[in-house]
Amino acid sequence: MKTLKIFLIVFLSIGFSQLKSNEKNDEFKNRILKNIRCLICQGQSVYDSESDFASSIKLIVDKKIIEELSEEQIYEFLREKYGDWIIYDPKLNKNTYILWLLPLLLFLLGGAIIYKKISKKKNEQ
Amino acid sequence: MKNKLNSIIIFIFLSFCFVVFYKGLNNSNIYTPKINDEKNIPIFKAKDFNSNINIESEKIFEENTYYIVNIWASWCVPCRKEHPLLMELSKNQSVKLIGLNYRDNLNNAKNFIIELGNPYSQILIDNDGTLGVEFGAYGVPETFLIDKNKKIIKKFIGQINQEIVDEIKSIIK
Repeated sequence: MKTLKIFLIVFLSIGFSQLKSNEKNDEFKNRILKNIRCLICQGQSVYDSESDFASSIKLIVDKKIIEELSEEQIYEFLREKYGDWIIYDPKLNKNTYILWLLPLLLFLLGGAIIYKKISKKKNEQ
Repeated sequence: MKNKLNSIIIFIFLSFCFVVFYKGLNNSNIYTPKINDEKNIPIFKAKDFNSNINIESEKIFEENTYYIVNIWASWCVPCRKEHPLLMELSKNQSVKLIGLNYRDNLNNAKNFIIELGNPYSQILIDNDGTLGVEFGAYGVPETFLIDKNKKIIKKFIGQINQEIVDEIKSIIK
C-alpha cells in the first residue's frame, strides 16, 4: 500500500511537471507565432491565420524549437527567407531608423520645450 | 522674430509629415518578398515523388549545372497554365527542372503529370509546405532559378509566362 502511494505521488508529480513544461513551450511558441506576419492574409499574424502558408510556418517554428533554436534565431531564419516584413517587431536598420528614433526625438523635443517653459515661468516669478 | 522661427519649425515639421504620409500612400500595401536577392539553396531532406525514398539536397543539386525549381500542385490552376512553358524549358540541355509537389494528393499529382507531361528530372514531395518555406516561397506556383554555384539567383512569384522563359533562356545559354 505504501509503495503504491509513493508510486502514485512520483507518477503524478512527473505528470504535472510535464504538463507545466508543455504549457511553457506552448507559451513560447505562441509568442513567436504572434510576432510573425502572415504574408497571405496580411494584417493577421501567423498565430491568428488559418492559411496554408501560416500552417507551414507553424510547423517550421515547431521544428526549429525542437532543434533548440532561440527566439531570435527563428526570427533571423524567417527574415533571411522573407525579409524584415515578416516580423512584426522591426529591427533597427537603415530602413527603420526613422521609425525607431523619431518618437525618441519628439519626446526629447517635447521635454525640452516643457522644461524651458517651466524654467521661464520660475524666472518670471 | 521668435514667432517667425516657431512658424518655420512648425511648417518644416508639417511638410516632413506630409512627405512621409504622401510617400506612404503611394506605396503598395501588399507585400511581396524581394525577388532578386541571391541566396544559397537550403539544405533539406525530401521524399522522391516516384520512389518515395528520402533524398538529401546535396545529392539533387550538382555544381556547374543550372536548375529550375518549380513549386506546383495538381489543384493549382496557374500551374496547369504554365506547364507547357515548363515542357518547353525542359527541352533545353543546359538546365534541369526540379518539381516540388506542394500540399497535394499523390494520385491527383500523378494524373496531372500523365495528362500534361513530365518536364522535371526529379520531383520532390512537400506534403506540409515546409520545404517551400525553406526556399522562401509563400504560394504556388513559384519558380526559382539556381545558378552553377548553387545560388538562387531569380525568383518568379506566380505563373511564369513567355517573357520569363526567354529571360531564363538568356541567363542559362
